[in-house]
Amino acid sequence: MAATIIEKNTKAFKTVDVDPITLDLIENALKNAREEMDATLFRTAMSPGIREQGDAFPLIADHTGLMLAGQFGSFIQGFLENYDGEIEQGDVLWLSDPYMCDGAVSHANDWLVMVPIFVDDRLVGWGAMFGHMTDVGGMVPGSLPTNAVSIFQEGIRIPPVKLYKKGVKNDDILKIVLHQCRMPDWAGADLNAIVAACRMAERRVVEMVGRFGADSYISATNKLLARNNRAMAHLIETSIGEEPVSFEDFVCDDGRGFGPYKIKCTMWREGGKVILDWEGTDPQSESSINFLLNENMLKMFFGIYMIMVFDPQILFNDGFYDLVEVRIPEGSLLKPKFPAALSCRTHALGRIFDVLGALLGQRAPEFLSAAGFSSSPHLMYSGTDKNDEWFQLFQIGFGGIPGRPFGDGSDGHSLWPGFTNVPNEFLEAYFPLRIERYESIPDSGGAGLFRGGNGITIHYRFLEKGTIAIHDDRWFIYPWGVNGGTPGMRSKKMIVRKNGKKKVLPSKCDDITVEAGDLLIYNTWGGGGWGNPLERDAEFVALEVKQGLISKKGAKRFGVVVSKSGKLDATATEKLRADMADSICTDVFNYGPDLETLRKNCKKETGLDAPIQPVWDKKTA
Amino acid sequence: MAYRLGVDVGGTFTDLLLIEETTGKTYRSKVPSTPSDPSQAVINGTAKICEMADIKASDLSLFMHGTTVATNAILENKIAKVGLIVTDGYRQVLQIARSLVPGGLAAWIIWQRPPILAPLEATVEVKERLDADGNVLKKVKEKNVLKAIKRLKKENVEAVTICLINSFANNAHEKQIEAIVKREMPGVPVSVSSDILPEKQEYERALTTVANSAVRPTVAKYVQSLRKELRAQNMDGQINLLRSDGGLMSSEQSEDLPVALLMSGPAGGVTGALWAAKNAGYANILTLDMGGTSTDVSLIENGAPRLTRDTEVGDLTVRTSSLDVKTVGAGGGSIAHVPELTQALRVGPESAGATPGPACYGNGGEAATVTDANVVLGYLPDALLGGEMKLDVDAAKKSVQVVADALGISLMEAAAGIIDIVNENIFGAIRLVSVQQGYDSRDFALMGFGGGGPLQANAIGKLAQSWPVIIPMAPGVLCAYGDATTRMRAEKARSFSSRLDTADGKRLEKIMGEMAKEVSDQLVSQGVPKSEHEVQFEAGVRYQGQGFEVVLPIDQKDFSGAGLKKLADDLHEEHEKLFTFALELPIELVNLRVTVLGEAPNVTAGKIVQGDGKPDKASMLKTSTVWMDGREQDAIIYDRAKLKAKDKIKGPAIITEMDSTTLILSGHVATIDAFGNILINPAKN
Repeated sequence: MAATIIEKNTKAFKTVDVDPITLDLIENALKNAREEMDATLFRTAMSPGIREQGDAFPLIADHTGLMLAGQFGSFIQGFLENYDGEIEQGDVLWLSDPYMCDGAVSHANDWLVMVPIFVDDRLVGWGAMFGHMTDVGGMVPGSLPTNAVSIFQEGIRIPPVKLYKKGVKNDDILKIVLHQCRMPDWAGADLNAIVAACRMAERRVVEMVGRFGADSYISATNKLLARNNRAMAHLIETSIGEEPVSFEDFVCDDGRGFGPYKIKCTMWREGGKVILDWEGTDPQSESSINFLLNENMLKMFFGIYMIMVFDPQILFNDGFYDLVEVRIPEGSLLKPKFPAALSCRTHALGRIFDVLGALLGQRAPEFLSAAGFSSSPHLMYSGTDKNDEWFQLFQIGFGGIPGRPFGDGSDGHSLWPGFTNVPNEFLEAYFPLRIERYESIPDSGGAGLFRGGNGITIHYRFLEKGTIAIHDDRWFIYPWGVNGGTPGMRSKKMIVRKNGKKKVLPSKCDDITVEAGDLLIYNTWGGGGWGNPLERDAEFVALEVKQGLISKKGAKRFGVVVSKSGKLDATATEKLRADMADSICTDVFNYGPDLETLRKNCKKETGLDAPIQPVWDKKTA
Repeated sequence: MAYRLGVDVGGTFTDLLLIEETTGKTYRSKVPSTPSDPSQAVINGTAKICEMADIKASDLSLFMHGTTVATNAILENKIAKVGLIVTDGYRQVLQIARSLVPGGLAAWIIWQRPPILAPLEATVEVKERLDADGNVLKKVKEKNVLKAIKRLKKENVEAVTICLINSFANNAHEKQIEAIVKREMPGVPVSVSSDILPEKQEYERALTTVANSAVRPTVAKYVQSLRKELRAQNMDGQINLLRSDGGLMSSEQSEDLPVALLMSGPAGGVTGALWAAKNAGYANILTLDMGGTSTDVSLIENGAPRLTRDTEVGDLTVRTSSLDVKTVGAGGGSIAHVPELTQALRVGPESAGATPGPACYGNGGEAATVTDANVVLGYLPDALLGGEMKLDVDAAKKSVQVVADALGISLMEAAAGIIDIVNENIFGAIRLVSVQQGYDSRDFALMGFGGGGPLQANAIGKLAQSWPVIIPMAPGVLCAYGDATTRMRAEKARSFSSRLDTADGKRLEKIMGEMAKEVSDQLVSQGVPKSEHEVQFEAGVRYQGQGFEVVLPIDQKDFSGAGLKKLADDLHEEHEKLFTFALELPIELVNLRVTVLGEAPNVTAGKIVQGDGKPDKASMLKTSTVWMDGREQDAIIYDRAKLKAKDKIKGPAIITEMDSTTLILSGHVATIDAFGNILINPAKN
């Protein structure tokens, strides 16, 4: 089964010589085109998730489907292999079913639009983008049900269809799909915005082909792909050993009381090729924390992590894919079998970055960052307001950036590219709630020469009855520190009812009813620390105490004593630092307490029951 | 006779332009800038130019000034220690910011966060609260405010900012606190967010108001000392400063609102280009102002430059109106390099700066810069500034050879490559202000100025297909023209969130009237009589739920009648133009803005002597060899001062003048117009 591309002009592209300058011109033009796609999207999309938070990702691919500019690697080839139909000029393809595109989108909330770009009746490239819809139907508002046990509960799944066929829009399909969504206006507008962004890519590619000629353009893009391949081959040879290295980390729980779920990866080099083997990763979960991981996307993550330090200006593309082999066991958390639920895959997605960073950094710990790419906490709040109008908020939270070889992690910032918070004045104007407190949590960042960023506490006061849902992680297992740095603080959620009664809420939960006047305290995780905390400038620690980023007590983690008046006590600090010298973790990684201890102290420390170790029967494992 | 003086302070030179108002006769001068105290160069230059014109400072009726003093205060971090008063729960509003880490995936690993403008130790909370409609939920208590002030005093803050949640809807609490701070901290300037930016979005409002506070002492000190010196010379005319939006404000007003000066520098270039374009008879212009480290581009449509709501300076983005100038790190000093890993040719954003400067300056610079590439190609004659500065051609060749070797290509190919890449980067910025805003660059002429603009403009005109390429008279001091020829301006905006279909047109009309009066009064207090005011209104509208508004001009009178409907129709049309589609959704009014302008000055440009179409022998300095289109070609070097109107010059050719060099590519023809502007067009076959 594979797609048939209809081209009236079947002349093959001729490989022509492209001088290095033209090559760089085309590279720049592609970079600009990508930025224009983003600009178009943000200006016209409607849901806060996309237009404020930036949860959407552009792609410009060559005629074979390889990514020339974008973020997460290309999914075009995977799609083409799975799509059993014809593709013609004027078509706009649309899909959201992760199982029908090899996980190019990994939950049904992400709508993917692909536009084949033709010049003179020949396919010259693709413009594509996917974005997260606030709601696509299903069992809970927001369509991310923690409790789902099958993808059929997670809203409408769109198989590959043509939103436009030969330039003619199929309004009926659109009507059917939007009819399933709780926020059809947002979904419709967001989809429009995504299509407009793809059109922008189309326009720019057509212009480039016009300016340089089709043969030159295609030859140049081949060269750009080769350039990445060459650069990556060099990096792999010099920085990855033949000796396997492993790292494992966990998703704390599955929202149904079971956990933690192990994600394990082993990496080694065979000749010029690097192998990323996920053997040892736990089997798939019964709930929706599964992450259908697209192999190419993982290659891209790997590549970006490798190259970030060496030539940040490079326009990253798919050219190096044959240098990386990804092995993911079937039926595992990262390759679940249909119809496993997928909606809450964000935890596993985040954790993969921690695992990749740790793997790559093991041979050169000085370039290693601590943990913190741990999650992408969500809050959903929906209901019917006093004017009898439906409201639905989907908000992504942020936490502490990990301590890094180049400095502190920022407090309350986003690890995801392009994501921003929604202004609280905007939230208060458009939703029945008030944000009474919005600040970073002192001491939540791990201690270190470079400390981890603090997590955020947000106090939501609800003004209307409604339901909320929460998705977060790192509440049970700590974000680890490195090179002597300590772990960051774990996340926590608590509801304070109008009558003053407090209750800790699970990190993942759906359908919690709230009344007007209830207060939700929403604390995210802190980043792990980097390096020996006793080496951090003591005066600076004292200043951060004054700034409210570290408490007096928390300063002691750095061996720093601050007097009652807020001044550094140099003598006491010197003594404390001497006393603490032997207690600094000498392992590369500081995970905090072991699993058994975490379990034992769970209720006392977190207010929640420890997750139960999941067991799998032989069939699924 | 009345004279007006435009003075523009740049990094290297302070440019002056004196205009005799009735005849339009001009005098130009350039003096070295004095970065440690920029007012010194202004005073020196003023004395020099007055001497040239044989007048006294007391003959100056108007002194107009574009300054980077506020910009540099931010860029060089020479800012006041700002105390910030916020609502309880929001102490970290600047610390958390918008949570954005710029760059792509994994960029957080290398991102270095710039320090925040109001330090957390000097940020204090007061217990008070308004809701989103401005209703009071918790009142301000004086005792609580006093406690906060005590902390600010202890921190020795030099300026105070007040920014409370939802104050855009009701300024009462901020005003109440302002009064207490003024009483308790006399002499410390206070900036209030509902004055500076009465609009939704707490972070942007706080940041903008804090930025105002941060540069206030520096700007006040500068402006006051400048005023004192000028007054001491009996110059008692009005002293105005150029705002980021291209308008002028009184020097007194600028002391309270220095945040409006952050783009004063680039604004001078755009307003200068505007004036030059008017003389040349072009209403649609792309401007290209190329300096040593960066290039500013902007778009002028129908004689009006585009405005943007955000002003960017270095890492700082504040919400004040400024001319929509995009800056790229591509200038004469931009360094070319080839990363070993990718073997790609990169130009900039690193710059050789003023020291050591390009290799050809002979000040010890070794890295190949854009200027070096121009020298290697023969585009820059071997002496600059009328012979005052000799260029080291061998040093230039040596530096570019390093790039050539890394790429495995010839010296000339590498030099041409560097120029191509830098032009492409600038073209990228041109696209941002044109195609990305729905404009076709082919409908615009391109004006190149600044030290390097005239050298690259022809090539960029070719990329953008923008003809003619215009090199105005005195491209090196065009900013000073801008300062001297623009209008007084004041503005005010207000946030709304009302749907157009249910909006009360009468009420909006009344609000607009009130806003207009307030802004008019402001301008009157700056010495502009009401009879000269031109009042303009704009509305920010969007489909309900969108995050960005489209700004459209509106008419106050019309608003209680058909205006609302027309506004909706205009949005549909504009949205379609910008984004290829319109939506059938309710429309929301997000803000109203009123701008009041003073009268445009009547300054006429001087005409030059007319020739017979063929340049005089006297204007031809010599023939030189240039590398163009992949081969060596002969080019004549002309002296611009000797060219006459109607002269036609075939490319390849080079036109030199005191502070700038114009390159005309092969296949192009330059014509000199009546005012001395150079107009370059593709040659007709």
